[in-house]
Formats: sequence, C-alpha cells, structure tokens
Amino acid sequence: MKAATELAACAAIPLRFPAWPIGGLAGTSFKHEHLVAIRAEHKGRGFFEVHAENYMGAGGPPHRALEALRRDHPLSLHGVCMSIGGERPLDKAHLARLRHLVDRYEPALVSEHLAWSTHGTAYFNDLLPLPYTEATLLRVCDHIDQVQEAIGRPMLLENPSTYVGFRTSTMSETDFIHAVARRSGCGLLLDVNNVFVSAANHGFSALDYLADFPLADVGEIHLAGHAEQSDDEGDLLLIDSHDGPVADAVWKLFEIVISRRGPVPTLVEWDSNIPDWPVLKAEAAAAQAILDRCDSVAEGRHAAA
Amino acid sequence: MLPPEPLPGSSYASAFAAALIDPGRETPAVVAGPNGKAVVKRYNVYRNNVTSSLIDALAAIYPAVQRITGVEFFRAMARFHIRATPPTSPLLFEYGRDFPAFIEQYEYAGAMPWLADTARVERAWLDAYHAADAEPLSAQTLRSFPPERLANLVFVVHPATRIVRSRFSVVTILAANRGEAPVDRIDVSAPEDALITRPDLDVVVRHLPRGGAVFLTDLIAGRPFGEAAASALDASPDFDIASGIAGMIEAGAFTTATLENQDGR
Repeated sequence: MKAATELAACAAIPLRFPAWPIGGLAGTSFKHEHLVAIRAEHKGRGFFEVHAENYMGAGGPPHRALEALRRDHPLSLHGVCMSIGGERPLDKAHLARLRHLVDRYEPALVSEHLAWSTHGTAYFNDLLPLPYTEATLLRVCDHIDQVQEAIGRPMLLENPSTYVGFRTSTMSETDFIHAVARRSGCGLLLDVNNVFVSAANHGFSALDYLADFPLADVGEIHLAGHAEQSDDEGDLLLIDSHDGPVADAVWKLFEIVISRRGPVPTLVEWDSNIPDWPVLKAEAAAAQAILDRCDSVAEGRHAAA
Repeated sequence: MLPPEPLPGSSYASAFAAALIDPGRETPAVVAGPNGKAVVKRYNVYRNNVTSSLIDALAAIYPAVQRITGVEFFRAMARFHIRATPPTSPLLFEYGRDFPAFIEQYEYAGAMPWLADTARVERAWLDAYHAADAEPLSAQTLRSFPPERLANLVFVVHPATRIVRSRFSVVTILAANRGEAPVDRIDVSAPEDALITRPDLDVVVRHLPRGGAVFLTDLIAGRPFGEAAASALDASPDFDIASGIAGMIEAGAFTTATLENQDGR
C-alpha cells in the first residue's frame, strides 16, 4: 500500500534524477555503443561525461540513452564550443541550450574550455588557442560570468593543449588561469594529458606547470591518450588525440597531482578509435585505484594523528 | 564590467582563423613557436583538425553517399564543400544542409546524378533522428471519428516526418548502402519517393506508392483529408486511398487528427 502511494506521488512530479555523489570517483566518456554493456553491470561505480552539444537536439535516441545512464550514474556535462576564449560575444542561443540541458539532466559537473571555436559566422570544430593578456583575461572572465549566470552555478574551466603560442602574450598560462579562477569564481578542470602535451610542445616542465597551477580550485581531472608527430625542426610534437590509452608519464603526473590535491573526480577521455567497453572500463579502474590509494593513505594519516 | 572592444588590427581570432580552411594563405604572423622555432607544422595541426573533423562530420551524416563514392572521392568532395561552406552552427548534426545541392553541382559527381537525392534522404534521416519525441496517431484514434466525416479530418504532422521525392530509386539505393552487406547492381532509373519517420526510437525510410507523396504533402500542409486524397488521385489515378491511410498510420507520420469545422475554421 505504501509502495503504491509512493508510486502515485512519483508519477505526480516531473522526472527528477537521483543526486549521485561524484566525489573521489573515476569515470569515462560516454559512448552510445557502450550503453548495453554499461547497463548490464547494474549501477557499477563511476560517472560518465558527455559533450553537451551532442545532446542539444530536440529528442530521439541520444536523449533516451542519456536518461537511462543518468538514472544510475552521476553525470558530467562537458561543453566543447561555447568559445569562451573567443573575441565575439557568446552565442545567446547556445547559452540557453546549455541552461536547458543542465536543468534537464542535473549534472554533478559542468565544464568548458579555455579556447575558442567560432569566429565571424564560421564554426571551426576545434579548440583554438588565445593569447594571454590583460584584455583576453577580462573577456574570458566576462564570458565565464555569463555562463555561470545562465546555468545558475559555477562551471569548471579546462586548461588547453596547444601547438603554438602568441607573440602578444604577456603572462604565463598558469598565471592567466589563476587570475580567471580568482576573478570569476569558476572552478578548474585540470587536464593532465594537456599539461603533458603542452609541456612537450613548448619545452617547459610539466612538474613546474603543476607546481604553479591552483590545485585547490580543481574540481575535476581529465586523462587521455595522445599521438606523436614532429614539428618543423623534426622534434617531437604531441597531439591531443584522445584515441588511445593514457600514457605512463601522464599516469605518473596524475599520481603526483592526487597526492597533493587529494581525490578529485577523474575522467578518462577516449573519443576516437573507441575500444570495447572493458578496455575503457579498465582505464577508469586504474584511475580509481590511484584515487582510492590516496584516500586510504589520508585515512591512515588521520588514524596515526 | 564589459571587456574593451578589440582594437582594429589586433584581432588574434581573425588573424588565426583566416588561414584555417584556406590552404592558399600563409601561417598567421601572430603565432609563434617556442625559442624561435618555426610554426608551419604546428599551425597545420589546427588546419588538419578543423578540416578532417568536419569531413568526418559529413561522413557521419552521409554514410551511404560515402559508400557509393568511396572514401577518397568522398573526402575530396567534402573538403571542397567545407572550404566553400563552413558550418555556422556549433551543433554538428545541423551541418551539411547545403551538401546535397553542392553534390548536384560537383563536376566529378556528374556521372552519379542520383547521388544528391541520396544525400537528401540521409539529411532527412538525421533530422528525423534528432526530432522531438511525440506519440504517433494510432489507428484506434483514427477509427474514433465517424467515417462519413473522414474527408474533413486535418492532421498534425509528427516532428520527425520528412518526404523526399526523386527521379531516381533513392529508397533502394539508400537501403543497399546504409549497411555493410555487399551491393548488387541497382536499377537507379525507377523514380522513388521516400517517407522518413521516427514513430519511436528507430528512423524508418519507406518507399511511398505513386500518389503517396502528393497525398502526404497536402496533409502535412494542413489540407483536409478529402482534398489531399483528391489531389493524390489527380496526380496518380491508381492511388489507393485505403492503403494510403494504412501506410501513414503504420509509419507514424502524424500525431493527431481533428475535424476541420471543430477547429474553428
């Protein structure tokens, strides 16, 4: 009888998803071809991240799949084309679409990139770099304000991977990101693979970058695979390709970050040459093991104190 | 607090963007490599990302077209289209609406005059896939109207419903080329009209009988059933009204029906 009453009460209110906690969890990119395997595991631990734009259609299978996933797991909504680092005003229609998606799916995390992808009327479908100056800092903060206003909550901003710099830059990327976080109140998404890729491409030390990065503001970590090419001088140029397993050196950097920062939701991104679910799941399990180890070390310290 | 307008000539985005999809332009002067390194290959990473990801997007929207032309031909054709018509929306599933018309004009595709219509059906397929969800009109609801008033019924189209008319056998061509199975010789010369619907999760492409496209196009435009049936018979005297109704219900092409004079008209 009680169950029937509860059921009737549930039917009377609009669909709401459980507020699954995401703290200290590892997750993976969500790919539709994995849905059947994921659901067969009956609410396995872990969260999923989707590119927000893929769910900005009106209806159909994408929404059906995301609803099914969201019922059982925490969700991270990762925008790839807000053009926060662009020179033009943000697209109001796109802001509204993001707000609608946040309202609809109640994600645990919402993030975007320190990059741009639209200019004039063209959309370039890539994360393009910007110079780090006082003028771009003001504009990026203004754009983040608009996003946070639209979605009614703080967002996370992701550090980029880049292949070129700008002659006009007047500050380092870490100083720029530090200032953005302080002025806009946004959190940060630390992509450890991006740090490794940019460090190799620009000849700086990834450890120095991480030492300068405001780790206390980090609300999510990304790990991904990269590819190798060469630059005009024949030296190694790393490409942020998301098409393979996480490199050993990136795992090492991740462990260092977690040992300093403590466990943070950590996502393994894999966006092309997508493997079968068990392979991707194993990458997430490796990240989870590092997060859990850090957790138990912290508990051990508490117990000893 | 609003950021200052960028000074004329200081736009990093304009400078960076200009050469992204134009191979004739030099690497922008605003970018620099570390320690005085060259930037040609470095900047080309962005060029390649933009062009190849957009070609991939078109290939995902038009898989049958790519299968017919072969990958190399398709990617060359798509590259020309991207340079002429880059996307304007950040939603890639909206891209490529001008691609069928581009294919029609594309010199090297002249020997495949059916290719553009095949692309039109594929574009409609993706629109149906992302269309809003709606419960299709059931046979039971339709039966609840008095038969003598059938001629006065007007229908509301389902958000996924699309019609593509062709001088070629587009439905047959599409069915043969959307999968992996080997393709036999196809007689492309029989005109076929396609009805694309998504009554639930799966997009379905049907070959409409003669007169069917006229009938449904009229209904979609809001003309009453009697008028739509008359123009279908006008266009094709062998149009069968009963199977026309059965077909539109089975396909889930509409969501509701109302009697014209109850609609305030």
